[in-house]
Amino acid sequence: MFKSIYNYFSDIYTAVRSLLTGMKVTGHYVFHPKEIITQQYPENRDELKMFDRFRGEVVMLHDENNEHKCTGCSACDVACPNGTIEIISDWEINEEGKKKKIIDKFVYHLQMCTMCGLCIPACPTDAIVMSEDFEHAVFDRSKLTKVLNKPGSKIMDGIK
Amino acid sequence: MNELKTGLETQEYFINMGPQHPSTHGVLRLMLTLDGEIIKNVEPHLGYIHRSIEKMCEKDQYRMIIHLTDRMDYLSCHINNEAVCLAIEKALEVEMTDRIKVIRTIIDELTRLSSHQLWWGVMGMDLGAITSFLYGFRDRELITDIFEETCGARLTMNYNIPGGLMFDIHPNFQKRTKEFITHFKKKLPEYDDLLSNNVIFKQRTQGIGYLSKEDAISYGVTGPSGRASGFSCDVRKLEPYMAYDRVDFKEILSTEGDCYARYKVRIAEMWESLSIIEQLIDNIPEGDFQVPTKKVIKLPKGEFYQRVETARGELGVYIVSEGKVSPYRVKFRSPGFSTLSAMNKMATGFKIADLVAIMSTIDLVIPDIDR
Ligand code: SF4
Ligand code: SF4
Repeated sequence: MFKSIYNYFSDIYTAVRSLLTGMKVTGHYVFHPKEIITQQYPENRDELKMFDRFRGEVVMLHDENNEHKCTGCSACDVACPNGTIEIISDWEINEEGKKKKIIDKFVYHLQMCTMCGLCIPACPTDAIVMSEDFEHAVFDRSKLTKVLNKPGSKIMDGIK
Repeated sequence: MNELKTGLETQEYFINMGPQHPSTHGVLRLMLTLDGEIIKNVEPHLGYIHRSIEKMCEKDQYRMIIHLTDRMDYLSCHINNEAVCLAIEKALEVEMTDRIKVIRTIIDELTRLSSHQLWWGVMGMDLGAITSFLYGFRDRELITDIFEETCGARLTMNYNIPGGLMFDIHPNFQKRTKEFITHFKKKLPEYDDLLSNNVIFKQRTQGIGYLSKEDAISYGVTGPSGRASGFSCDVRKLEPYMAYDRVDFKEILSTEGDCYARYKVRIAEMWESLSIIEQLIDNIPEGDFQVPTKKVIKLPKGEFYQRVETARGELGVYIVSEGKVSPYRVKFRSPGFSTLSAMNKMATGFKIADLVAIMSTIDLVIPDIDR
């Protein structure tokens, strides 16, 4: 009899105690807002900096003369598991009258890319890199298919 | 037909839980046979997120398979990647350098920690405590930052390649990991204050969802869920791979086999993971982070099997090669699939609300079950 009354009250005591311990933890953060690490995302866009290695999307590097390093060798296309990269090549006839393969369009289907990063080390001339841009949402699906070489760009001298 | 005490005639009935249900954590459909609120039978129906990963592997070259395994159990993606890499490396008979072994082990354990942190948060949320969800994600954020800096992605990391790692660790890696350990050692006791000792939480988990050791073995329940039933199944201990043979850690076992035991095992595993990382982080040996392999990998003819311990249990990768650039057949033995099969055993006789607790404690990741 006494035992059951004792148990009844000790149960209430442990229960209330355990709830208060939990409340103490949450209460601590109410009074120490500095320990909260939430970022205000769209507001902090300007100062938001991704890490160097972050794999956002594939981009082709262009220098100030609008020249890139891509020879159109398709090594990245072969390395890609998902058929994301499509190289449309063209032939150029140089001064000596020799035919040379150049890229017409480097088509990148962002919707099929898994950001695995296998294409980057496959490129022999380091023409493509992963950018830090992660805001890929668009209103129309067709906008996800991108041409990575800029209009009017040509290959840098000396890249074979 | 049952006669309730009121004398009314009752009937068994069926109810669909899922595929769109917040507490199944994905598109899992459970067909429940109920008598009032009591569960009579649970029948899982799969296939809602089947992506035929095993079939896709047959068309891909060996290097390309690895990023697909990120999409199986996405919470232990690094460990999945490693399983495939280890199978390929075993077939090619390349020996890894110490540096690769140690780095892989550290990131394995970080992955396990981040998976358990997410599980802890979600477990609280399933049982009605939103706070734990936020706290779990807060601490997980530090690990995803480490991953993002070193591996380049937060979730689908694809950091392993056959023959090593994609890049060397970032110069900040050691510093950040140590900061994380100091931070998390202070925060882990908070987990106990919030949930482990909470009276409501205890009453909803203690004595619920019992699984005996025999059943765990016969259904192939591995990982923390199996160990909570007393089934010693830690692949890290049984068949040490990478650097697990040189670290000192305990295999957490419990004999109770109920939801609370599974919960406790995972919390204790977090402490073990912390201690494994602590032992390794200060002495990462010098050396290469990649062992050269051919550009297009061809495995010799034969069958290769490798098993590893993911955050959810034992993952097996079985590759049949015919000596070509892509495998003839790949089979993944995923931990979630076997664990799910024991669900009926655990849930029968309990109430619907207990099923949510049971599902939480066996830590299901649906893409891992369906592949
Ligand atoms: S990141 Fe991967 S999926 Fe995307 S284009 Fe490169 S190789 Fe293809
Ligand atoms: S990006 Fe590099 S690998 Fe791809 S076609 Fe151009 S040069 Fe070749």
